[in-house]
Amino acid sequence: MKKLTSLFASMVVCLSLLLGACSEEKATPDPQAEVSQPAPVGQSGVSDDVSQKDIVKVAVGSKDHTTLVAALKAADYVDVLANAGPFTVFAPTNAAFAKLPAGTVEDLVKPEKKETLRNILEYHVSVGVYKTEQFTDGQMLDQANSEKVKIGVKDGKITVNGATIIASVPAANGIIHVIDGVLLPQTK
Amino acid sequence: MKTKLHLAMIAGLLAIVLLPSCKPKDTSSAVTGDAASKSYVAPGKYDEFYNFVSGGFSGQMSCYGLPSGRLLRVIPVFAVDPEKGWGYSEETKPMLNTSHGFVPWDDLHHTEMSQTNGEVDGRWVFGNANNTPRVARIDLTTFRTVEIIELPNSAGNHSSPFITENTEYVIAGTRFSVPSDNADGDVAINTYKQNFKGYLSFISVGKDDGKMDIAFQLACPGVNFDLSHAGKGKSHGWFFFSCYNTEQANSLLEVNASQRDKDFIMAVNWKKAEEYIKAGKGKKVPAKYAHNTYSDATHSATSEMKTDVMVLDTKEFTDICYMIPCPKSPHGCDVDPTGEYIVGSGKLAALIPVFSFDKVQAAIANKAFDGQFDGINVIKYEAALYGEVKKPGLGPLHTEFDGKGNAYTSFFVSSEVVKWNIKDLKVLDRVPTFYSVGHLCVPGGDSKKPFGKYLIAYNKITKDRFLPTGPELSQSAQLFDISGEKMQMILDFPTIGEPHYAQAAPADLIRKNQVKIFKIDENKHAYVTKGEKESKVVREGNKVHVYMTAIRSHFSPDNIEGVKMGDEVYFHVTNLEQDWDVPHGFAIKGAINAELLIMPGETATLKWIPEKVGIFPMYCTDFCSALHQEMQGYIRVSPAGSNVPLMFSLGNTIDGKAPATK
Repeated sequence: MKKLTSLFASMVVCLSLLLGACSEEKATPDPQAEVSQPAPVGQSGVSDDVSQKDIVKVAVGSKDHTTLVAALKAADYVDVLANAGPFTVFAPTNAAFAKLPAGTVEDLVKPEKKETLRNILEYHVSVGVYKTEQFTDGQMLDQANSEKVKIGVKDGKITVNGATIIASVPAANGIIHVIDGVLLPQTK
Repeated sequence: MKTKLHLAMIAGLLAIVLLPSCKPKDTSSAVTGDAASKSYVAPGKYDEFYNFVSGGFSGQMSCYGLPSGRLLRVIPVFAVDPEKGWGYSEETKPMLNTSHGFVPWDDLHHTEMSQTNGEVDGRWVFGNANNTPRVARIDLTTFRTVEIIELPNSAGNHSSPFITENTEYVIAGTRFSVPSDNADGDVAINTYKQNFKGYLSFISVGKDDGKMDIAFQLACPGVNFDLSHAGKGKSHGWFFFSCYNTEQANSLLEVNASQRDKDFIMAVNWKKAEEYIKAGKGKKVPAKYAHNTYSDATHSATSEMKTDVMVLDTKEFTDICYMIPCPKSPHGCDVDPTGEYIVGSGKLAALIPVFSFDKVQAAIANKAFDGQFDGINVIKYEAALYGEVKKPGLGPLHTEFDGKGNAYTSFFVSSEVVKWNIKDLKVLDRVPTFYSVGHLCVPGGDSKKPFGKYLIAYNKITKDRFLPTGPELSQSAQLFDISGEKMQMILDFPTIGEPHYAQAAPADLIRKNQVKIFKIDENKHAYVTKGEKESKVVREGNKVHVYMTAIRSHFSPDNIEGVKMGDEVYFHVTNLEQDWDVPHGFAIKGAINAELLIMPGETATLKWIPEKVGIFPMYCTDFCSALHQEMQGYIRVSPAGSNVPLMFSLGNTIDGKAPATK
């Protein structure tokens, strides 16, 4: 057994010598492993001041939507809405958010409420471009959180779940309908 | 004991297996350890250089990033490209018009970037058509071919498209000498010496708009003009052309054009030629050649047929052209960054002659001539020679420069790149290439200010370099780091075929100038549709014009009826998007044509002649959005004489009118 072990040992020595003979050919420590991966930035990070503004850029540029933009950021939802879409976004104004019970928004932007906030924001987004002339009374739209909203068209006024569309703004990747109320989904 | 024996045997076998891996410097171990880091560009990071590579018999130009070897774009130039609708859309068909009619293919050999003060300026890149002689200009703000000019009196436009140091001219020398276009070409081929001429075209380039025009042609003796380069700095005003087949053979050139010990580098004093032209010494000669331009305002090309060209016969003026003897069928003809040294490369030679511009000037002044060739003074070899690089390798082809006093020459026959010092002509380093290298490229390597750092060798044969793909293998580019004393191979990458000459420039020269979208308000296309409400279908006799828009994620209109057999349908599709990198495509079933690929704000037209009655679907071919698969429509084709009215709709909007409200 001892002999066997020593034979094995000498074999290892022999092999390592053989390998050692190749050492000058061997790579120095792989530098690729040391290259740090760049922090992932989505399409919202693309610098482009030539193209038409996408939904995120339109919202960021609106002084009436600072609460919505803060919420989109808190829910990590900015990059999605900067993608190809196309999207229809119902965008509550700051005044609409202010109508919620005191402290609601402050609560929702807390990190532990991220999923709840995201669900609410997704309830404001449809995939597809719905212009106002394409809405009909009683029409149901599938929203990004898998629930539906109901469109109302009466006396020249268009509503979504009862909130009124007060303006519509085209964007590169869809359309924004500004609404005067926050849409609250059934699910949390 | 048996076990011991087994172990010993295993050890022995392992040794045998492992030993070959220590074999020094075979083709795969020529790469050293830090190669990966030198060519690695992390995901999301940009390359350092743009590399414009000729696409050879693909007819196109390709653009790679360096040092990663990422293929960034194939720019269609002389060959149709169904992917981009190039040569298929009504707007681009005129770009491929020639005096021979529509030519859908060519062979693009050399790329040359525009220069200002002898430095690469990143504005345009030129390419040559080798088969049906033409020169193209590609705009580096759109990466599109915007101009193509045909060359009369030429055949095999190989010595092209090399430029002067302020892009005053793009020069194109004919490879095949031929009877002039204006002469009766119905002559016996063996009357080459009497009837065949070699023409050099000087194409002026607009300083600001880049517009090309043949300023003049020089009629020269019938030989094969192979390659050329402009003088620079002190030799600005001169151009140098390699010539072979000075035997003036018309058959079996493989043997008959290799008879003479020396052919020539022809030195051309183009400033002098300019003077003669200005003095009215040129002759306007009838010729027919196409000049095609593409406008980003109309998104359309126009083709104009020119009818004459200014020719200066060099036989009548002894102070324009001079022949410098150069050994063994010279190919590459390269001028160093100072403009003093002209490097000739004889394809069959085992040395590299380096000529001195100062000595050439002195020889001309002192009339150090050795007779004439077809009326052109031949300068004595020794009178022009600076020196010879001895035993550099076999079959030198092309030389590039690093701006640090070094030259790099490719050797086809011995399949290697050799670095040598221009001043003392000493060989400094050599590396094998895999295999059979043709052209070389150093970023800015033929300019007054090379950027150095990398050298790329473009190889003809790849055999075992990449996974095999049947009888035809991709060509390869091999990237070398030349920042140190020794060249170091750091990357192999396949190229579209076949790469000849290439150029490269720092990314910053080009990257910042990129057009992202075309402004829809500025679209001057005759059939533009600037909004969905303007979309319509108009009949003019048997021509049906569809004014169509595309935006995520529908066409307007998307239902069309009333088209009849015998009609010609023109889909003028305007992409209403104003968002970077959101093209829409358009295709219709059965069209004997290609797709359209329409950039944001652009209009493009697909001509379709229905060949049977029925319903024909059409759809967007470029995955544009989550509802891309919904971006489709139908067109109904009725029999000739049918009374189905012309009708178009989108949703419940019919013939552009919204339904009546309740």
